[in-house]
Amino acid sequence: MASDSQQTSPSATEDVQATEDHEGFTKPQNEDARPDPLDLPDALEFEQTFKVYRGGTVGHEELGLDTDTLLAMYRNMLLQRRFEERSLQMYRKQKISGFLHLYIGQEAVSTGSVHSIDVGEDTIITAYRDHGIGLAMGMDPNVCMAELFGKKDGCSKGKGGSMHFFSKEKRLFGGHGIVGQHIPVGTGIAFAHKYRGDGKVCLTFFGDGAVGQGAMHEAANLAGLYDLPIVFVIENNEYAMGTAVHRAFADPDLCKQAVPYGMPASIVDGMDVFSVTKAMRDHVAMARENQPSFVEVRTYRYQGHSVSDPANYRTKDELEQKKGEDAIIRLKSYLVQHELSTNEALDDIDEEVKQQVLDAIDFAENSPLPDLEAIYEDVYSQKDYPFLA
Amino acid sequence: MAELQFREAIRAAMTEEMERDEDIFLIGEEVAEYDGAYKVSEGMLDQFGPKRVVDTPISENGFVGLGIGAAMNGLRPIVELMTWNFSFVAFDQILNNAAKIRYMSGGQFSFPIVFRGPNGAAGQLAATHNTSVESFYAHIPGLKVVSPSTPNDSKGLLKASIRDNDPVLFLESERMYGLKGEVSDEEDYILPIGKAHIVREGDAVTLVANGKDYYIALEVADRLAEDGHQAEVIDPRTIRPLDFDTIIASIKKTNRCVIIDESNPFASLSSEIAFQIQERAFDYLDAPVRRITAKDVPAPYAKNLMDYYMPQADDAYQACRDVMYL
Repeated sequence: MASDSQQTSPSATEDVQATEDHEGFTKPQNEDARPDPLDLPDALEFEQTFKVYRGGTVGHEELGLDTDTLLAMYRNMLLQRRFEERSLQMYRKQKISGFLHLYIGQEAVSTGSVHSIDVGEDTIITAYRDHGIGLAMGMDPNVCMAELFGKKDGCSKGKGGSMHFFSKEKRLFGGHGIVGQHIPVGTGIAFAHKYRGDGKVCLTFFGDGAVGQGAMHEAANLAGLYDLPIVFVIENNEYAMGTAVHRAFADPDLCKQAVPYGMPASIVDGMDVFSVTKAMRDHVAMARENQPSFVEVRTYRYQGHSVSDPANYRTKDELEQKKGEDAIIRLKSYLVQHELSTNEALDDIDEEVKQQVLDAIDFAENSPLPDLEAIYEDVYSQKDYPFLA
Repeated sequence: MAELQFREAIRAAMTEEMERDEDIFLIGEEVAEYDGAYKVSEGMLDQFGPKRVVDTPISENGFVGLGIGAAMNGLRPIVELMTWNFSFVAFDQILNNAAKIRYMSGGQFSFPIVFRGPNGAAGQLAATHNTSVESFYAHIPGLKVVSPSTPNDSKGLLKASIRDNDPVLFLESERMYGLKGEVSDEEDYILPIGKAHIVREGDAVTLVANGKDYYIALEVADRLAEDGHQAEVIDPRTIRPLDFDTIIASIKKTNRCVIIDESNPFASLSSEIAFQIQERAFDYLDAPVRRITAKDVPAPYAKNLMDYYMPQADDAYQACRDVMYL
């Protein structure tokens, strides 16, 4: 069970309820409905409790995950990891260029989140560390690898690269490279869900570094103001490039960023896929009622910020300790301990996944480069746009 | 034909389109309860309700990005910027998200969105409130930039912009909102994006001018006519894509060109037009291309300085006489 401990401020106030007292987005300008701002109390008191989803506190039965689903989760987490390990190798062989930001270590976040939504209906937007979420949503590793190789069959036809995975079919709205600037876009995606009344929600992922961007705060205010069906997911992997959270934020409990925007928020152990699944399901349920919220997922990336980063800002001990909490190993142990699978069967899955990634590399190698004429395609929907030569 | 103010023509375009398509909504600062900072959206909240005419806080980066996300997810937003001077706090949204996501996604996502609001100088407002943005945004592949000069054009071009499936930046003017003109009441009156308008035909010199400068061009053409010279006046209507073919065809007839451009001169719309003319019609020129622009400084406050800063009809008239060697 998720625990309600670790209060950031005393006593509970969480009553999650969207207020639908008007048909539009903007609240009406009704003078009678608001208190006189000059009618001041003796003191203004404020309390908010942040729910904490500790690791190891929730099991598969409570989440209703059957064995097939559990094994699919395990397989997909491994796929994310093996895909990226090979990507790093391909980068070093100069098959992949540009920036390559690896997600290794954070696979429980993508996987648990995807198991909280209806993939293909609900929407996700994320930042540049996007391979994990793409694969978790079921994107084909072949087209993902081809994109990294800059090939014609890539998910973005070789025009986006590592930071710009998109899948309209899976409803992945990118893959975005400017820190924090996709967060207002996520708010707009959610706005469209509410406008249409389609009952879908938007998960908007960003890193701890994005919390310092004004765009995040503007987006959060709009979501709170318009009661949008959105979950802001802070993937706190402890470092924004090389700057640790406590060196970048006056208050390192990032979940508290929800407070000025009138939202509930939680903290989740991002190294346990079950905790993430549980937390995200709770927050998705709020979003379905047009209650926006924040989830701070505490996670860790094993690699540097990008492949060129030796990560000298942290100690080897720290890294080794975090690897000791590895989410994939944890799930493997869980499956064996609960007699849902065996080490041998799980190792077989690993071998299958490794082969799947090798096949993806073959696919990418064999995919042609984009035609030069393609440079003028997809800039505009207008086919006869008169480009300057 | 009905006589409408510029603002009424813009409102008519938005209203007709919103009546036609439920996916279109208007969002921006003061667009709803206040009836629009410049009364462009007056009455639209009453007609369409708060779901489709949405007030925002002062939060351009937020609501411009929100519009982009809504467009990406299937709606057709009209985002009003109180002025384009305030668009720069949302510059990244327009530059990197509206303009480029389509390309970076290999064409998977479209952005049928209009950003509109007043552009350029509006009097003694000092430097931050007097920026002409044509060249900033026209520089960016993935965007279209439309600059109407008359109430009639604003209606036809805005309806086309709203129906366009790519992001369109629509440049209006505080100084022109009250301007009256005959506006087509033809049902579905659409003017195509990317087509210039030859406002007045002539053979002596080609005058190219958009927005407020269009009226300077007409004044200069009148004065030249009094001198016995017929200027050809071209209103580009669209800045990107610019209708170079129409301009080049005119140069081949007049052999001379004067551009009036309210932007600061360096790397501006006038720079680009002049470059294209020398590339495509070099042998037809009988004189160097001339331009009249804002001065190459931030806009000042003092009245005499501000008047001096702006393009002047006298200067444009003299430039025309110069290229005709009069």
